[in-house]
Amino acid sequence: MRDGDAVALEGFTHLIPFAAGHELVRQERRGLTLMRMTPDIIYDQMIGMRCGSRVVFSWGGNPGVGSLHRFRDAIENGWPVPVEIEEHSHADMAASYQAGASGLPFAVMRGYVGSDLPKFNKRIQPITCPFTGEVLTATPALNPDVTIIHAQKADRKGNVAIFGIVGIQKEAALAAKKVIVTVEEIVEDLNAPVNACILPAWVISSISVVPGGAHPSYAHGYYKRDNLFCKAWDGISRDREQFRAWMKRHVLETKDFSEYRRSIESEMKVGHA
Amino acid sequence: MPEPGYNPAEIMTVAAARRLKNGTVCFVGIGLPSAAANLARITHAPELVLIYESGTIGAKPDVLPLSIGDGDLAETADAVVSVPEIFRYWLQGGRVDIGFLGAAQIDKFGNINTTVIGSYEKPKVRLPGAGGAPEIATAAKEVAIILKQSKRTFVEKLDFVTSSGYYPNAGRNGRPGPRGRGPTTVITDLGVMRSDPVNRELILTAIHPGTAVDQVRDATGWPLKIAGNLETTSPPTDAELSALRDLHSRTAAAHGNVSVAE
Repeated sequence: MRDGDAVALEGFTHLIPFAAGHELVRQERRGLTLMRMTPDIIYDQMIGMRCGSRVVFSWGGNPGVGSLHRFRDAIENGWPVPVEIEEHSHADMAASYQAGASGLPFAVMRGYVGSDLPKFNKRIQPITCPFTGEVLTATPALNPDVTIIHAQKADRKGNVAIFGIVGIQKEAALAAKKVIVTVEEIVEDLNAPVNACILPAWVISSISVVPGGAHPSYAHGYYKRDNLFCKAWDGISRDREQFRAWMKRHVLETKDFSEYRRSIESEMKVGHA
Repeated sequence: MPEPGYNPAEIMTVAAARRLKNGTVCFVGIGLPSAAANLARITHAPELVLIYESGTIGAKPDVLPLSIGDGDLAETADAVVSVPEIFRYWLQGGRVDIGFLGAAQIDKFGNINTTVIGSYEKPKVRLPGAGGAPEIATAAKEVAIILKQSKRTFVEKLDFVTSSGYYPNAGRNGRPGPRGRGPTTVITDLGVMRSDPVNRELILTAIHPGTAVDQVRDATGWPLKIAGNLETTSPPTDAELSALRDLHSRTAAAHGNVSVAE
Protein backbone atom coordinates (compact mmCIF):
# COMPACT_ATOMS: atom_id res chain seq x y z
CA MET A 1 0.00 0.00 0.00
CA ARG A 2 1.18 3.51 -0.81
CA ASP A 3 -0.08 6.92 0.29
CA GLY A 4 -2.56 8.23 -2.26
CA ASP A 5 -3.72 4.78 -3.37
CA ALA A 6 -7.36 4.07 -4.15
CA VAL A 7 -8.25 1.27 -1.79
CA ALA A 8 -11.44 -0.75 -1.30
CA LEU A 9 -11.92 -2.53 2.03
CA GLU A 10 -15.10 -4.43 1.17
CA GLY A 11 -17.52 -6.71 3.01
CA PHE A 12 -21.25 -5.91 3.08
CA THR A 13 -21.88 -5.67 6.86
CA HIS A 14 -20.29 -9.16 7.00
CA LEU A 15 -16.53 -9.96 6.97
CA ILE A 16 -15.45 -6.32 7.21
CA PRO A 17 -11.63 -6.26 7.19
CA PHE A 18 -11.14 -4.36 10.45
CA ALA A 19 -7.71 -5.79 11.23
CA ALA A 20 -6.35 -4.60 7.89
CA GLY A 21 -7.95 -1.18 8.33
CA HIS A 22 -6.32 -0.80 11.74
CA GLU A 23 -2.95 -1.67 10.25
CA LEU A 24 -3.39 1.16 7.71
CA VAL A 25 -4.08 3.48 10.66
CA ARG A 26 -0.90 2.24 12.45
CA GLN A 27 1.16 2.74 9.30
CA GLU A 28 -0.26 6.28 9.06
CA ARG A 29 -1.29 5.93 5.41
CA ARG A 30 -2.42 9.32 4.06
CA GLY A 31 -4.37 10.67 1.12
CA LEU A 32 -6.15 7.41 0.35
CA THR A 33 -9.24 7.25 -1.81
CA LEU A 34 -11.47 5.06 0.32
CA MET A 35 -13.97 3.04 -1.71
CA ARG A 36 -16.64 1.08 0.11
CA MET A 37 -20.39 0.72 -0.38
CA THR A 38 -21.03 1.12 3.35
CA PRO A 39 -18.15 3.05 4.98
CA ASP A 40 -19.21 1.65 8.37
CA ILE A 41 -17.14 1.92 11.57
CA ILE A 42 -13.91 0.95 9.78
CA TYR A 43 -13.88 4.03 7.52
CA ASP A 44 -15.16 6.17 10.40
CA GLN A 45 -11.95 5.17 12.22
CA MET A 46 -9.69 5.63 9.19
CA ILE A 47 -11.22 9.02 8.27
CA GLY A 48 -10.97 10.25 11.87
CA MET A 49 -7.28 9.16 11.88
CA ARG A 50 -6.57 11.17 8.67
CA CYS A 51 -6.01 8.21 6.33
CA GLY A 52 -8.47 9.29 3.64
CA SER A 53 -8.89 12.36 1.47
CA ARG A 54 -11.70 11.05 -0.71
CA VAL A 55 -14.56 8.62 -0.02
CA VAL A 56 -16.52 6.77 -2.70
CA PHE A 57 -19.60 5.27 -1.07
CA SER A 58 -23.33 4.54 -1.27
CA TRP A 59 -24.60 4.41 2.35
CA GLY A 60 -22.72 5.99 5.23
CA GLY A 61 -24.22 5.04 8.57
CA ASN A 62 -23.53 2.83 11.58
CA PRO A 63 -26.00 0.03 10.75
CA GLY A 64 -28.86 -0.23 13.24
CA VAL A 65 -27.29 2.43 15.47
CA GLY A 66 -27.18 5.80 13.70
CA SER A 67 -24.57 8.19 12.35
CA LEU A 68 -20.89 7.73 11.63
CA HIS A 69 -19.78 10.73 13.67
CA ARG A 70 -16.20 10.96 12.35
CA PHE A 71 -17.35 10.64 8.73
CA ARG A 72 -19.96 13.33 9.32
CA ASP A 73 -17.51 15.62 11.08
CA ALA A 74 -15.13 15.35 8.13
CA ILE A 75 -17.91 16.21 5.65
CA GLU A 76 -19.68 18.85 7.73
CA ASN A 77 -16.64 20.52 9.36
CA GLY A 78 -13.54 19.27 7.57
CA TRP A 79 -12.17 17.62 10.75
CA PRO A 80 -9.48 16.38 11.07
CA VAL A 81 -8.96 16.94 7.35
CA PRO A 82 -11.57 17.67 4.68
CA VAL A 83 -12.72 14.69 2.66
CA GLU A 84 -14.13 14.88 -0.81
CA ILE A 85 -17.11 12.59 -1.36
CA GLU A 86 -18.25 10.74 -4.45
CA GLU A 87 -21.68 9.40 -3.71
CA HIS A 88 -23.61 6.65 -5.48
CA SER A 89 -26.45 4.22 -4.85
CA HIS A 90 -25.84 0.57 -3.90
CA ALA A 91 -27.06 -0.71 -7.28
CA ASP A 92 -24.63 1.67 -8.99
CA MET A 93 -21.57 0.80 -6.90
CA ALA A 94 -22.24 -2.91 -7.22
CA ALA A 95 -22.52 -2.52 -11.00
CA SER A 96 -19.40 -0.33 -11.14
CA TYR A 97 -17.27 -2.93 -9.34
CA GLN A 98 -18.71 -5.52 -11.72
CA ALA A 99 -17.69 -3.37 -14.69
CA GLY A 100 -14.25 -2.99 -13.16
CA ALA A 101 -13.92 -6.74 -12.72
CA SER A 102 -15.16 -7.27 -16.30
CA GLY A 103 -12.61 -5.01 -17.97
CA LEU A 104 -15.29 -2.57 -19.07
CA PRO A 105 -14.99 1.23 -18.84
CA PHE A 106 -18.46 1.74 -17.39
CA ALA A 107 -21.54 0.06 -16.02
CA VAL A 108 -25.01 0.52 -17.44
CA MET A 109 -28.14 0.36 -15.33
CA ARG A 110 -31.64 1.65 -14.90
CA GLY A 111 -30.84 3.97 -12.09
CA TYR A 112 -31.40 7.27 -10.32
CA VAL A 113 -34.73 7.98 -12.03
CA GLY A 114 -35.86 11.33 -10.61
CA SER A 115 -33.04 11.41 -8.04
CA ASP A 116 -30.92 14.53 -7.36
CA LEU A 117 -27.70 12.51 -7.04
CA PRO A 118 -26.67 12.86 -10.73
CA LYS A 119 -26.85 16.67 -10.31
CA PHE A 120 -24.03 16.51 -7.77
CA ASN A 121 -22.02 13.57 -9.09
CA LYS A 122 -20.82 14.06 -12.65
CA ARG A 123 -19.72 10.42 -12.75
CA ILE A 124 -23.37 9.49 -13.20
CA GLN A 125 -24.43 10.18 -16.80
CA PRO A 126 -27.27 9.27 -19.17
CA ILE A 127 -26.52 6.87 -22.01
CA THR A 128 -28.72 5.92 -24.95
CA CYS A 129 -29.21 2.27 -25.83
CA PRO A 130 -27.99 1.85 -29.47
CA PHE A 131 -30.65 -0.83 -30.07
CA THR A 132 -33.82 0.58 -28.52
CA GLY A 133 -33.05 4.28 -28.09
CA GLU A 134 -33.93 4.03 -24.43
CA VAL A 135 -32.03 6.37 -22.10
CA LEU A 136 -30.28 4.51 -19.29
CA THR A 137 -27.64 5.45 -16.75
CA ALA A 138 -23.88 4.94 -17.05
CA THR A 139 -21.30 5.13 -14.28
CA PRO A 140 -17.56 4.56 -14.61
CA ALA A 141 -15.97 1.28 -13.58
CA LEU A 142 -14.38 1.11 -10.14
CA ASN A 143 -10.81 -0.20 -10.29
CA PRO A 144 -9.12 0.09 -6.89
CA ASP A 145 -5.32 0.00 -6.72
CA VAL A 146 -5.77 -2.41 -3.84
CA THR A 147 -8.79 -4.34 -2.60
CA ILE A 148 -8.64 -5.78 0.89
CA ILE A 149 -11.13 -8.38 2.08
CA HIS A 150 -11.49 -10.70 5.05
CA ALA A 151 -12.56 -14.31 4.41
CA GLN A 152 -13.22 -17.41 6.47
CA LYS A 153 -10.42 -19.65 5.24
CA ALA A 154 -7.65 -20.31 2.81
CA ASP A 155 -5.94 -23.57 1.92
CA ARG A 156 -2.17 -24.01 1.85
CA LYS A 157 -2.03 -23.15 -1.85
CA GLY A 158 -3.73 -19.82 -1.10
CA ASN A 159 -7.20 -20.47 -2.51
CA VAL A 160 -9.70 -18.47 -0.47
CA ALA A 161 -13.29 -19.42 0.45
CA ILE A 162 -15.97 -16.92 1.39
CA PHE A 163 -19.38 -18.05 2.55
CA GLY A 164 -22.56 -16.57 4.01
CA ILE A 165 -23.39 -13.10 2.74
CA VAL A 166 -20.80 -12.80 -0.02
CA GLY A 167 -21.64 -9.15 -0.73
CA ILE A 168 -19.41 -7.45 -3.26
CA GLN A 169 -16.07 -9.00 -2.32
CA LYS A 170 -15.51 -11.08 -5.45
CA GLU A 171 -16.21 -8.14 -7.77
CA ALA A 172 -14.13 -5.70 -5.70
CA ALA A 173 -11.24 -8.17 -5.65
CA LEU A 174 -11.31 -8.91 -9.38
CA ALA A 175 -11.61 -5.18 -10.19
CA ALA A 176 -8.39 -4.34 -8.30
CA LYS A 177 -4.73 -4.29 -9.35
CA LYS A 178 -3.73 -5.98 -6.08
CA VAL A 179 -5.76 -8.14 -3.71
CA ILE A 180 -4.91 -8.54 -0.05
CA VAL A 181 -6.86 -11.08 1.98
CA THR A 182 -6.99 -11.72 5.71
CA VAL A 183 -8.50 -15.04 6.82
CA GLU A 184 -9.72 -16.65 10.00
CA GLU A 185 -7.63 -19.76 9.42
CA ILE A 186 -5.55 -21.82 7.03
CA VAL A 187 -6.94 -25.31 6.42
CA GLU A 188 -5.73 -28.44 4.63
CA ASP A 189 -8.94 -28.70 2.60
CA LEU A 190 -11.50 -25.92 1.99
CA ASN A 191 -14.30 -28.52 1.91
CA ALA A 192 -16.20 -26.13 -0.31
CA PRO A 193 -19.27 -27.20 -2.32
CA VAL A 194 -18.68 -27.05 -6.09
CA ASN A 195 -20.45 -23.71 -6.54
CA ALA A 196 -18.94 -22.00 -3.51
CA CYS A 197 -17.50 -18.51 -3.70
CA ILE A 198 -13.78 -19.20 -4.15
CA LEU A 199 -11.03 -16.78 -5.10
CA PRO A 200 -8.21 -18.86 -6.63
CA ALA A 201 -4.71 -18.31 -5.27
CA TRP A 202 -3.45 -16.81 -8.52
CA VAL A 203 -5.69 -13.70 -8.29
CA ILE A 204 -4.50 -12.91 -4.76
CA SER A 205 -1.38 -10.91 -3.93
CA SER A 206 -1.07 -11.81 -0.26
CA ILE A 207 -2.86 -13.60 2.54
CA SER A 208 -2.50 -13.01 6.28
CA VAL A 209 -4.02 -15.15 9.01
CA VAL A 210 -5.87 -12.89 11.45
CA PRO A 211 -8.37 -14.79 13.61
CA GLY A 212 -11.24 -12.48 14.59
CA GLY A 213 -10.01 -9.98 11.99
CA ALA A 214 -13.52 -8.87 11.08
CA HIS A 215 -14.52 -7.88 14.61
CA PRO A 216 -16.85 -6.07 15.43
CA SER A 217 -18.50 -7.30 12.23
CA TYR A 218 -18.90 -11.05 11.98
CA ALA A 219 -17.54 -14.10 10.20
CA HIS A 220 -20.31 -16.53 9.31
CA GLY A 221 -19.62 -19.87 10.98
CA TYR A 222 -16.94 -18.38 13.27
CA TYR A 223 -18.36 -15.55 15.40
CA LYS A 224 -21.32 -13.20 15.56
CA ARG A 225 -21.55 -9.48 15.03
CA ASP A 226 -20.60 -7.59 18.19
CA ASN A 227 -23.69 -5.40 18.41
CA LEU A 228 -22.70 -4.01 21.80
CA PHE A 229 -19.44 -2.69 20.35
CA CYS A 230 -21.28 -1.16 17.39
CA LYS A 231 -23.55 0.65 19.83
CA ALA A 232 -20.66 1.67 22.11
CA TRP A 233 -18.90 3.14 19.05
CA ASP A 234 -21.64 5.77 18.86
CA GLY A 235 -20.49 7.16 22.22
CA ILE A 236 -16.75 6.69 21.66
CA SER A 237 -16.80 8.44 18.29
CA ARG A 238 -19.09 11.34 19.18
CA ASP A 239 -16.34 13.44 20.75
CA ARG A 240 -13.13 14.25 18.82
CA GLU A 241 -10.70 13.98 21.70
CA GLN A 242 -12.32 10.89 23.15
CA PHE A 243 -12.15 9.27 19.73
CA ARG A 244 -8.47 10.14 19.30
CA ALA A 245 -7.58 8.89 22.76
CA TRP A 246 -9.43 5.63 22.12
CA MET A 247 -7.70 5.04 18.76
CA LYS A 248 -4.31 5.89 20.29
CA ARG A 249 -4.80 3.54 23.23
CA HIS A 250 -6.26 0.59 21.35
CA VAL A 251 -4.91 0.87 17.79
CA LEU A 252 -1.79 3.06 17.57
CA GLU A 253 -0.29 1.72 20.79
CA THR A 254 -1.02 -1.95 20.10
CA LYS A 255 1.30 -3.87 17.82
CA ASP A 256 -1.29 -6.02 16.10
CA PHE A 257 -4.92 -7.08 16.03
CA SER A 258 -4.68 -9.69 18.76
CA GLU A 259 -3.17 -7.12 21.11
CA TYR A 260 -5.93 -4.70 20.08
CA ARG A 261 -8.55 -7.31 20.94
CA ARG A 262 -7.03 -7.90 24.37
CA SER A 263 -6.84 -4.17 24.91
CA ILE A 264 -10.53 -3.49 24.18
CA GLU A 265 -11.76 -6.64 25.87
CA SER A 266 -10.05 -5.74 29.11
CA GLU A 267 -11.48 -2.24 28.95
CA MET A 268 -14.93 -2.69 27.46
CA LYS A 269 -15.74 -6.25 28.43
CA VAL A 270 -17.33 -6.71 25.01
CA GLY A 271 -16.63 -8.63 21.89
CA HIS A 272 -16.00 -12.15 23.03
CA ALA A 273 -15.97 -14.15 19.87
CA MET B 1 -58.89 9.79 26.41
CA PRO B 2 -58.57 6.25 27.81
CA GLU B 3 -55.31 4.43 27.21
CA PRO B 4 -55.76 2.38 24.03
CA GLY B 5 -53.49 -0.47 25.18
CA TYR B 6 -50.92 0.05 22.42
CA ASN B 7 -48.59 2.87 21.44
CA PRO B 8 -48.32 4.91 18.19
CA ALA B 9 -45.27 2.97 16.99
CA GLU B 10 -47.17 -0.29 17.44
CA ILE B 11 -50.23 0.73 15.47
CA MET B 12 -47.98 2.14 12.73
CA THR B 13 -46.16 -1.19 12.42
CA VAL B 14 -49.39 -3.21 12.54
CA ALA B 15 -51.09 -0.98 9.95
CA ALA B 16 -48.08 -1.37 7.65
CA ALA B 17 -47.86 -5.14 8.15
CA ARG B 18 -51.53 -5.57 7.20
CA ARG B 19 -50.83 -4.12 3.76
CA LEU B 20 -48.41 -6.87 2.83
CA LYS B 21 -50.28 -9.71 1.14
CA ASN B 22 -49.34 -13.34 1.52
CA GLY B 23 -47.20 -14.62 -1.34
CA THR B 24 -45.92 -11.25 -2.52
CA VAL B 25 -42.23 -10.47 -2.95
CA CYS B 26 -41.12 -7.61 -0.74
CA PHE B 27 -37.74 -5.81 -0.92
CA VAL B 28 -37.24 -4.66 2.66
CA GLY B 29 -35.35 -1.72 4.14
CA ILE B 30 -33.86 -2.00 7.60
CA GLY B 31 -35.63 -0.61 10.70
CA LEU B 32 -39.36 0.11 10.56
CA PRO B 33 -39.97 -1.61 7.17
CA SER B 34 -38.20 -4.74 8.37
CA ALA B 35 -40.23 -4.81 11.60
CA ALA B 36 -43.53 -4.47 9.70
CA ALA B 37 -42.58 -7.01 7.03
CA ASN B 38 -41.55 -9.60 9.59
CA LEU B 39 -44.70 -9.00 11.60
CA ALA B 40 -46.73 -9.68 8.44
CA ARG B 41 -44.72 -12.84 7.80
CA ILE B 42 -45.28 -14.25 11.30
CA THR B 43 -48.99 -13.36 11.36
CA HIS B 44 -51.21 -13.30 8.26
CA ALA B 45 -48.62 -13.70 5.48
CA PRO B 46 -46.42 -16.75 6.12
CA GLU B 47 -45.49 -17.01 2.43
CA LEU B 48 -44.36 -13.38 2.15
CA VAL B 49 -40.94 -13.42 0.45
CA LEU B 50 -38.53 -11.02 2.14
CA ILE B 51 -35.56 -9.82 0.11
CA TYR B 52 -32.82 -7.80 1.82
CA GLU B 53 -30.24 -5.92 -0.25
CA SER B 54 -27.42 -7.93 1.34
CA GLY B 55 -28.46 -10.68 -1.08
CA THR B 56 -30.76 -12.77 1.10
CA ILE B 57 -33.87 -14.02 -0.72
CA GLY B 58 -36.73 -15.46 1.32
CA ALA B 59 -35.19 -14.56 4.69
CA LYS B 60 -37.20 -15.72 7.72
CA PRO B 61 -35.32 -14.22 10.70
CA ASP B 62 -36.53 -15.14 14.16
CA VAL B 63 -35.40 -11.75 15.47
CA LEU B 64 -35.21 -8.40 13.68
CA PRO B 65 -31.83 -7.85 12.04
CA LEU B 66 -29.81 -4.95 13.43
CA SER B 67 -27.89 -4.57 10.18
CA ILE B 68 -29.08 -5.35 6.67
CA GLY B 69 -26.55 -8.18 6.49
CA ASP B 70 -27.00 -10.00 9.81
CA GLY B 71 -26.10 -13.68 9.80
CA ASP B 72 -29.67 -14.69 10.73
CA LEU B 73 -30.86 -13.45 7.35
CA ALA B 74 -28.42 -15.70 5.50
CA GLU B 75 -29.10 -18.71 7.70
CA THR B 76 -32.88 -18.52 7.20
CA ALA B 77 -32.92 -17.52 3.51
CA ASP B 78 -33.99 -19.68 0.57
CA ALA B 79 -30.99 -18.34 -1.34
CA VAL B 80 -28.07 -16.01 -0.67
CA VAL B 81 -26.71 -14.20 -3.72
CA SER B 82 -24.15 -11.45 -4.26
CA VAL B 83 -25.02 -7.76 -3.99
CA PRO B 84 -24.74 -7.11 -7.77
CA GLU B 85 -27.03 -10.07 -8.40
CA ILE B 86 -29.69 -8.89 -5.95
CA PHE B 87 -29.87 -5.49 -7.59
CA ARG B 88 -29.53 -6.65 -11.18
CA TYR B 89 -31.48 -9.90 -11.57
CA TRP B 90 -33.95 -9.58 -8.73
CA LEU B 91 -34.74 -5.86 -8.39
CA GLN B 92 -33.89 -4.38 -11.82
CA GLY B 93 -35.11 -7.62 -13.42
CA GLY B 94 -38.64 -6.78 -12.23
CA ARG B 95 -39.13 -9.58 -9.70
CA VAL B 96 -40.09 -7.38 -6.74
CA ASP B 97 -43.79 -6.73 -6.06
CA ILE B 98 -43.35 -4.16 -3.35
CA GLY B 99 -40.43 -2.09 -2.15
CA PHE B 100 -40.75 -1.14 1.49
CA LEU B 101 -38.76 1.92 2.55
CA GLY B 102 -38.19 4.29 5.45
CA ALA B 103 -37.18 7.95 5.05
CA ALA B 104 -35.90 11.01 6.91
CA GLN B 105 -38.12 13.38 4.90
CA ILE B 106 -40.98 12.95 2.46
CA ASP B 107 -42.95 15.35 0.25
CA LYS B 108 -46.52 15.28 -1.02
CA PHE B 109 -45.58 13.13 -4.04
CA GLY B 110 -43.75 10.51 -2.03
CA ASN B 111 -40.28 11.71 -3.03
CA ILE B 112 -37.92 10.89 -0.17
CA ASN B 113 -34.74 12.35 1.25
CA THR B 114 -32.15 10.30 3.11
CA THR B 115 -29.12 12.34 2.00
CA VAL B 116 -28.77 15.79 3.58
CA ILE B 117 -30.61 18.43 5.58
CA GLY B 118 -29.47 21.79 4.21
CA SER B 119 -27.41 22.13 1.04
CA TYR B 120 -25.57 19.19 -0.47
CA GLU B 121 -22.19 20.96 -0.55
CA LYS B 122 -22.44 22.38 2.99
CA PRO B 123 -24.98 20.19 4.78
CA LYS B 124 -26.45 21.12 8.13
CA VAL B 125 -26.95 17.42 8.78
CA ARG B 126 -25.31 14.73 6.72
CA LEU B 127 -27.64 11.69 6.57
CA PRO B 128 -26.45 8.20 5.52
CA GLY B 129 -27.36 8.57 1.84
CA ALA B 130 -29.05 6.51 -0.82
CA GLY B 131 -28.23 2.85 -0.15
CA GLY B 132 -30.55 0.78 -2.31
CA ALA B 133 -33.48 3.20 -2.21
CA PRO B 134 -33.28 5.10 -5.54
CA GLU B 135 -33.55 1.88 -7.55
CA ILE B 136 -35.98 0.17 -5.16
CA ALA B 137 -38.27 3.21 -5.45
CA THR B 138 -38.45 2.98 -9.24
CA ALA B 139 -37.92 -0.72 -10.05
CA ALA B 140 -40.35 -2.35 -7.58
CA LYS B 141 -43.87 -2.74 -8.96
CA GLU B 142 -45.04 -0.47 -6.14
CA VAL B 143 -43.56 1.15 -3.06
CA ALA B 144 -44.75 1.56 0.52
CA ILE B 145 -43.07 4.03 2.85
CA ILE B 146 -43.22 3.96 6.64
CA LEU B 147 -42.11 6.84 8.88
CA LYS B 148 -43.23 8.93 11.85
CA GLN B 149 -45.28 11.96 10.85
CA SER B 150 -44.32 15.51 11.84
CA LYS B 151 -43.76 18.88 10.19
CA ARG B 152 -40.03 18.07 10.30
CA THR B 153 -40.48 14.85 8.27
CA PHE B 154 -43.47 15.76 6.05
CA VAL B 155 -42.17 18.81 4.20
CA GLU B 156 -43.40 21.05 1.38
CA LYS B 157 -40.00 20.96 -0.32
CA LEU B 158 -37.29 18.36 0.20
CA ASP B 159 -33.74 19.55 0.75
CA PHE B 160 -32.65 16.71 -1.56
CA VAL B 161 -34.52 14.11 -3.60
CA THR B 162 -32.66 10.87 -2.92
CA SER B 163 -35.32 8.54 -4.29
CA SER B 164 -38.17 9.68 -6.40
CA GLY B 165 -41.88 9.17 -6.01
CA TYR B 166 -43.33 11.29 -8.76
CA TYR B 167 -41.06 12.62 -11.49
CA PRO B 168 -42.77 15.00 -13.88
CA ASN B 169 -40.16 14.77 -16.66
CA ALA B 170 -38.96 11.22 -16.20
CA GLY B 171 -39.74 8.86 -19.04
CA ARG B 172 -40.36 11.76 -21.42
CA ASN B 173 -38.07 13.38 -24.00
CA GLY B 174 -35.79 10.39 -23.85
CA ARG B 175 -35.20 10.71 -20.07
CA PRO B 176 -34.99 7.50 -18.04
CA GLY B 177 -38.33 6.44 -16.69
CA PRO B 178 -39.59 4.37 -13.79
CA ARG B 179 -40.64 0.78 -14.28
CA GLY B 180 -43.08 0.53 -11.40
CA ARG B 181 -45.98 2.58 -10.05
CA GLY B 182 -43.85 4.32 -7.41
CA PRO B 183 -45.11 5.03 -3.88
CA THR B 184 -48.72 3.96 -3.47
CA THR B 185 -48.98 3.98 0.33
CA VAL B 186 -47.43 5.92 3.20
CA ILE B 187 -48.00 4.59 6.70
CA THR B 188 -47.30 6.75 9.74
CA ASP B 189 -47.98 6.78 13.48
CA LEU B 190 -51.06 8.92 12.78
CA GLY B 191 -52.68 7.35 9.73
CA VAL B 192 -52.35 6.07 6.19
CA MET B 193 -51.98 8.07 2.99
CA ARG B 194 -52.54 6.74 -0.53
CA SER B 195 -51.25 8.34 -3.66
CA ASP B 196 -53.85 9.80 -6.05
CA PRO B 197 -53.68 7.65 -9.19
CA VAL B 198 -53.96 10.71 -11.44
CA ASN B 199 -51.97 13.60 -9.96
CA ARG B 200 -49.96 11.37 -7.59
CA GLU B 201 -50.46 13.58 -4.53
CA LEU B 202 -50.79 11.82 -1.18
CA ILE B 203 -54.32 11.76 0.26
CA LEU B 204 -55.11 10.85 3.85
CA THR B 205 -57.32 7.77 3.54
CA ALA B 206 -57.27 6.42 7.11
CA ILE B 207 -56.54 7.72 10.58
CA HIS B 208 -55.55 5.55 13.51
CA PRO B 209 -58.09 5.29 16.38
CA GLY B 210 -58.02 8.29 18.70
CA THR B 211 -56.29 10.52 16.13
CA ALA B 212 -58.03 13.70 14.95
CA VAL B 213 -57.77 14.82 11.33
CA ASP B 214 -56.45 18.21 12.50
CA GLN B 215 -53.66 16.43 14.33
CA VAL B 216 -52.55 14.86 11.04
CA ARG B 217 -52.87 18.21 9.22
CA ASP B 218 -50.77 19.88 11.93
CA ALA B 219 -48.08 17.24 11.48
CA THR B 220 -47.87 17.82 7.70
CA GLY B 221 -45.84 20.59 6.06
CA TRP B 222 -48.29 21.11 3.19
CA PRO B 223 -52.10 21.45 3.00
CA LEU B 224 -52.95 17.75 3.25
CA LYS B 225 -55.82 16.43 1.14
CA ILE B 226 -58.33 14.29 3.02
CA ALA B 227 -60.30 11.47 1.38
CA GLY B 228 -64.09 11.85 1.33
CA ASN B 229 -64.53 8.38 2.75
CA LEU B 230 -61.91 8.62 5.48
CA GLU B 231 -61.55 5.35 7.33
CA THR B 232 -60.37 4.56 10.84
CA THR B 233 -57.71 1.87 11.19
CA SER B 234 -58.99 -1.13 13.15
CA PRO B 235 -57.12 -1.32 16.44
CA PRO B 236 -54.41 -3.99 16.63
CA THR B 237 -55.79 -7.40 17.57
CA ASP B 238 -54.43 -9.23 20.60
CA ALA B 239 -52.72 -11.65 18.24
CA GLU B 240 -51.01 -8.85 16.27
CA LEU B 241 -49.89 -7.05 19.40
CA SER B 242 -48.52 -10.10 21.12
CA ALA B 243 -46.70 -11.22 17.95
CA LEU B 244 -45.13 -7.75 17.61
CA ARG B 245 -44.14 -7.50 21.26
CA ASP B 246 -42.68 -11.01 21.27
CA LEU B 247 -40.69 -10.12 18.14
CA HIS B 248 -39.31 -6.99 19.80
CA SER B 249 -38.44 -8.76 23.04
CA ARG B 250 -36.72 -11.63 21.19
CA THR B 251 -34.82 -9.00 19.22
CA ALA B 252 -33.77 -7.08 22.33
CA ALA B 253 -32.56 -10.28 24.00
CA ALA B 254 -30.64 -11.37 20.90
CA HIS B 255 -28.93 -8.03 20.30
CA GLY B 256 -28.04 -7.40 23.94
CA ASN B 257 -30.82 -4.83 24.33
CA VAL B 258 -29.61 -2.71 21.47
CA SER B 259 -32.81 -1.23 20.11
CA VAL B 260 -33.41 -1.57 16.40
CA ALA B 261 -33.00 1.89 14.92
CA GLU B 262 -36.13 3.51 13.55
